[in-house]
Amino acid sequence: MTPREIEKIFRDEAGRALSTLIRLVGDFDLAEDALQDAFAAALERWPAAGAPSNPRAWLVNVGRNKAVDRVRRNIAFRGKQQQLTHELLLNASLPCEPSDGGFDDDVLRLIFTCCHPSFAAEVQVALTLKTVCGLTTAQVARAFLVSEDAMAQRLLRAKQKIRLAGIPYEVPERDALGPRLSGVLAVIYLVFTEGYAATSGEDLMRPDLACEAIRLARLIDALMPGRGEIKGLLALMLLHDSRRAGRETAGGDIVLLEAQDRSLWDRAQISEGLLLVEEALRMPGRPQSYAVQAAIAALHARAPSYDDTDWRQIAGLYEVLLRISPSPVIELNHAAAVSMVDGPARALDLIDALEARGGLKGYELLPAVRADLLRRLGRRDAARAAYLEATAATQLEPLRRLYARRIAEMDRD
Amino acid sequence: MQYLLLIYRNEAEQAKMDASELQKMTADYRAFTQSIIQSGNFKAGDALQMTATATTVRVRDGKMLTTDGPFAETREQLGGYYLVEARDLDEALGIAARIPTARVGSIEVRPIMVYD
Repeated sequence: MTPREIEKIFRDEAGRALSTLIRLVGDFDLAEDALQDAFAAALERWPAAGAPSNPRAWLVNVGRNKAVDRVRRNIAFRGKQQQLTHELLLNASLPCEPSDGGFDDDVLRLIFTCCHPSFAAEVQVALTLKTVCGLTTAQVARAFLVSEDAMAQRLLRAKQKIRLAGIPYEVPERDALGPRLSGVLAVIYLVFTEGYAATSGEDLMRPDLACEAIRLARLIDALMPGRGEIKGLLALMLLHDSRRAGRETAGGDIVLLEAQDRSLWDRAQISEGLLLVEEALRMPGRPQSYAVQAAIAALHARAPSYDDTDWRQIAGLYEVLLRISPSPVIELNHAAAVSMVDGPARALDLIDALEARGGLKGYELLPAVRADLLRRLGRRDAARAAYLEATAATQLEPLRRLYARRIAEMDRD
Repeated sequence: MQYLLLIYRNEAEQAKMDASELQKMTADYRAFTQSIIQSGNFKAGDALQMTATATTVRVRDGKMLTTDGPFAETREQLGGYYLVEARDLDEALGIAARIPTARVGSIEVRPIMVYD
């Protein structure tokens, strides 16, 4: 086996192996250290002997033994913690050939623990990326644009809180499951949106984060089948991500939807997304926000061109969204869709009304949408001012370049 | 595990409550306390007098300094506490959410430190 193949197995199995080890040894830090030991052992053995038939079970078994070793060393060293140790040794000596079902339950426990509402949203995302997705601390730090030390500190404090505050390692009971699941989905979507359109920096997209979010949603859809909100979110992310190759030039410039080469879109991902949207919308009960957003993305995915898009239905779906989960951002998107049906002047009225109500204060895409409408109305000076405002409001370089191009185009015409 | 549930509310708002509101609050607290005694979660609990009755003590260079009032001026003030036994944070948060003041003020949930 090559080191690259071994790395891939680690990457795929880390979350599941860790989640089972946490249950077996009852401690996040000990489980993480033990899994690192097991990885080290695998790197020694697998290149010559090949990977075992069930690498996950191998990693868990070796990791568990390494945890026992660590605790024994600790006792010899400090001569205390008898009680805890006894419990751990008892647990660890139980026969362990966990079925896939057992692994699945453990992963769910881990996801719900990392996404516990007693953590700030940022911390939930960081913990999930680190433990469930198996990213390194350096990779998580990069996703948050903070130093590795700062991220290590943040993760350390979070794991301390799990232990000291008694955050349970379990899937919530039925009563609490609904709200807790929506918290988990919100975390997954946060990971995705940061990957789809970064908030700052040189690169528009960070495909690795978008892929992690999709992987997580697939996992949770498999673990908790038949839930419309999960299918809706997965569909939404697949459909948005299907446009990835068309959204950027080789030089890293943004290509807006209206100018994208639709032959670059990932057709396989679109088909999967379309099927999932239909499944999600067929689920009993009120339509879920993610499913409706996915239905909008589906209309874009199906459209042969920007002009031949069913804008009327898109505007209608935004109205549905405004009823089930009203937000200023949805109102802004609704106005943009209305501009394609009733023209930019009507949309500008909607945005003025929204601003007058005080919504969207500080929302950085507002001046950009306004600028686009003004440009289409031929109101150059106002459009230029709005593009300058939009430029000042964003920290993402490709967006700044896009606004500069727009201003240059207007000046040329 | 044991958790201290610290009850914060705005004293000024509280002072504005009329007799019937006050009566309802008292009845709600009595019912809540009874329910956590019966469920076995209750360890201790008390209401505190207003912060106007507080005195803060500091010792600096061996000298005792006292100041009139609470240690910090905040929008909401500590008005009482419960000490509860709970299986985990979720159970403690569930209990905290049922404290009548949670509807108007805030409950801070703090795990009790265990020395091993």
